[in-house]
Amino acid sequence: MPKDSGIGAATRRREDARFLLGSGLYSDDISFLNQTYAVFVRSEVANGIIKTVDTSKAEKMPGVVTVFTGEDFVDVGGNPAGWLINSRNGEPMKEPKRPVLAHGKVRHVGDAYAAVIAETEQQARDAAEKINADIEELPAVIDMASALCGSNFVHNEIGTNQCYDWGWIEDNREATDNAIKNAHHVTTLELVNNRLVPNAMEPRCSIADYHSANDGYTLYTTSQNPHLTRLLISAFVLGIPENKLTVVSPDVGGGFGSKIYHYGEEALVLAAAKRIKRPVRWTATRSESFMTDAHGRDHVTKIELALDKDNNFLAFRTETMANVGAYLSNFSTVTPTILHGTLMAGNYAVPNVYVNVKTVFTNTAPVDAYRGAGRPEATYSLERVIDKAATELGLDPTNLRRQNFIKSDQFPYVTAAGLNYDVGDYDAVMDRLEHNADLKGFAKRRKKSEAKGKLRGLGINSYIEACGIAPSNLIGTLGARVGLYDAATIRVNATGNISVMVGAHSHGQGHETAFPQIVADLLGVDPRNVEIVHGDTSKIPFGMGTYGSRSLAVCGSAIVKGVEKIISKGKKIAAHMMETTHDKVDFDEGVFSVRGTNKTVSFGDVALKAYIPHDFPIEDIEPGLEETAFYDPQNFTYPAGAYACEVEVDPDTGQVTIESFTAADDFGNIINPMIVEGQVHGGLAQGIGQALLEGCVYDGDGQLISASYMDYTMPRAADLPSFIVDHTVRTPSTDNPLGVKGCGEAGAIGSPPTVVNAVVDALRSADHDITHIDMPLTPERVWAAMNN
Amino acid sequence: MSNVTMTVNGKTVSGSVEGRTLLVEFIRNDLHLTGTHVGCDTSQCGACAIHVDGKLVKACTMFALEANGAEVSTIEGQANDDGSLNVIQQAFKDHHGLQCGFCTPGMVMAASALLKANPKPSELEIREHLEGNICRCTGYHNIVKAILAASGQDVSSIAAE
Repeated sequence: MPKDSGIGAATRRREDARFLLGSGLYSDDISFLNQTYAVFVRSEVANGIIKTVDTSKAEKMPGVVTVFTGEDFVDVGGNPAGWLINSRNGEPMKEPKRPVLAHGKVRHVGDAYAAVIAETEQQARDAAEKINADIEELPAVIDMASALCGSNFVHNEIGTNQCYDWGWIEDNREATDNAIKNAHHVTTLELVNNRLVPNAMEPRCSIADYHSANDGYTLYTTSQNPHLTRLLISAFVLGIPENKLTVVSPDVGGGFGSKIYHYGEEALVLAAAKRIKRPVRWTATRSESFMTDAHGRDHVTKIELALDKDNNFLAFRTETMANVGAYLSNFSTVTPTILHGTLMAGNYAVPNVYVNVKTVFTNTAPVDAYRGAGRPEATYSLERVIDKAATELGLDPTNLRRQNFIKSDQFPYVTAAGLNYDVGDYDAVMDRLEHNADLKGFAKRRKKSEAKGKLRGLGINSYIEACGIAPSNLIGTLGARVGLYDAATIRVNATGNISVMVGAHSHGQGHETAFPQIVADLLGVDPRNVEIVHGDTSKIPFGMGTYGSRSLAVCGSAIVKGVEKIISKGKKIAAHMMETTHDKVDFDEGVFSVRGTNKTVSFGDVALKAYIPHDFPIEDIEPGLEETAFYDPQNFTYPAGAYACEVEVDPDTGQVTIESFTAADDFGNIINPMIVEGQVHGGLAQGIGQALLEGCVYDGDGQLISASYMDYTMPRAADLPSFIVDHTVRTPSTDNPLGVKGCGEAGAIGSPPTVVNAVVDALRSADHDITHIDMPLTPERVWAAMNN
Repeated sequence: MSNVTMTVNGKTVSGSVEGRTLLVEFIRNDLHLTGTHVGCDTSQCGACAIHVDGKLVKACTMFALEANGAEVSTIEGQANDDGSLNVIQQAFKDHHGLQCGFCTPGMVMAASALLKANPKPSELEIREHLEGNICRCTGYHNIVKAILAASGQDVSSIAAE
């Protein structure tokens, strides 16, 4: 095996050629003879009673094949929440039904209540306009605080807008209250974690094909987890038996969380395909993406940090309202709770943590996990309040963090928020950051900026996150309704090359390149002889897909376990071939050998023998060389890092520019450093976007006023600098066989507070008494902060 | 319905389209050249960027009929004659300038137009030129690096990988 292409090599991506040549196959690129087009009719009001939906004119329009309304799905199941969260008083969360199409009431702008299927997309669009719905508009529930005390309910049947009132850890509440009451100093900060729209560049798309001969279906859909989507459709929504439904997610153009979830459009095209016995396709317009993809973040938080007289952290106490939107999306209940509250000790040896989260229904699009999912919210609250404390106490923010870090000799460390951090070295990461960002040279750079009339600020941050959420037996006790293992099937073909079927799904992460690096390294074969198969439930084992930076730690570990089984069986076959017993056979670099002899047999010969078992002792060895492994991790992995950002602020306009951004991350062992760096770059851009540019805004009537790229500011190339990234500090995870952690979300988690800390620092350098500005830090907001 | 004829990637093609059919719809649905993508409906994202008569154009901003008689070039026409990646495409691969690949065809078309007009662009010029192309995956870092590399310039000033 070439050493420059195994674990640790910056192997160039094999998936690139098809994308660069225009021959990728995204869902919308698939077409069928005889296909039809679905167009959805969506609510223009945020809250309203559906009195009548008259489809008669639409049905007579040219090319219309059939029309659906909410009536058609009254008897099928709802799209469920995947995680049960109980309130502090033990009551289970409220779970109103989320129907395929709205019936009785529309609950957010974009809520679909009818769909037209026609011969062409234009015909479907023209006919959709002829659907005449009488919808009585009601006042919208938008502001979370008002929603919690009002009597206007998003779901009348539950009689409240509160989904749950969750405490973590409830037994820590009193001790945390006391620590704050008796502290030498308490810093309090109220902040908003701004609502974001994920904006994968490929809009969602679903195409259903019905097979009358066997009453079966194939669904091509933009999913990060085709098996999970199939399970939700089969077990909860339409009741199609899993064995009759194949879900294929081919090339998928980015997800960032928004394509984890099952959406009603998938169920609609399946039902329509069966009704008309023809393929039915739907692709979202970008406007539909803005209105209906699950959004992210949207927390309103008050956080307190208590310190003793020596500046040691004593407690973090957080009260948060989290917006869940109009319906519970599949992981919407776990994101603001388990994925947020458990991280509220950050990187710090703090004895007391208490988090209270009230999750609120509003007449807005559902909110769910978006790159980072709960952990950016935790990091933002912690790292902003720590900076504010440093300001109040006149301390260096880096030193204050270092003083309170969990030290490298304290691991494994169980935090006051209940997680067991296996390993880390936060000081070493901060050392790398200080060096790479040349923090010592900042004063000089500030002077240079000031000389040209700009304010310069430096922001520092530390973050930790929890990836590869697990183990199943623990999360089950926390309310998970799914397991979070993953799976891989290693099929060694007769000619010695290898197909690896994986439960993870690659939509930009480069699995087709990185996973073969692992297999090739472990088996001593050329990675070019290893092919990854993913995204098709008829081909892959039941895995849970890709999100939460889990693919390498969980599915990668399943691959390792599968390869170990292959080697174990290979030893039996080799032992038979070399007339010895398997316990005397060693395997190294693609060669089986009998210990203490010069007898060897190659991996390829063993593979061939496995499929031509003419002389096998079949009572001892089955033919074939194919193994499946399911891997359920023992713990999360805990990537951690430290980031530095320098900004310039124009004091006349409030315009912020990022002058430099430096990231030092500890991801444990690394399979492909090129891919890891790319993941960090992308995460940083999304986090900087949140900090400076992006904000999803509903007005008081529930109209989405940031529903296109003209109103919602996506980061462009000129908004961002080139990044300085570093992953030389590597404390391998002790909880998976590869020693890897997750890297997909780190950048988006660590960067928002870094940017805001930098801007506040810049403004304070000009004697503005400002300790916080809510994101996004638009010129208007920064100017207003300076001038109010 | 009206007839339309144009040259796409060196081949003469024709079809019958409605007046409202966009050029990108004609390219994707009639010509089955699905490398040109649609990422928005407001002509902002650049996933549908192509060349029309040598100029960089978002194919969602033109009706198919407006391209009657035009010389159109899409991502499918960018490779070397032997089918291998051209200099820009190879630089994107070498420098990890793509992840999910959805914006990539538009990025390659935008980069190619830039390098024709400005063979040695600065980092800032590249960033400004990409104003009309949105990428959600890469943070643009490696796209900028790839374009600099494709122009034959030193990329060591852009942080190492």
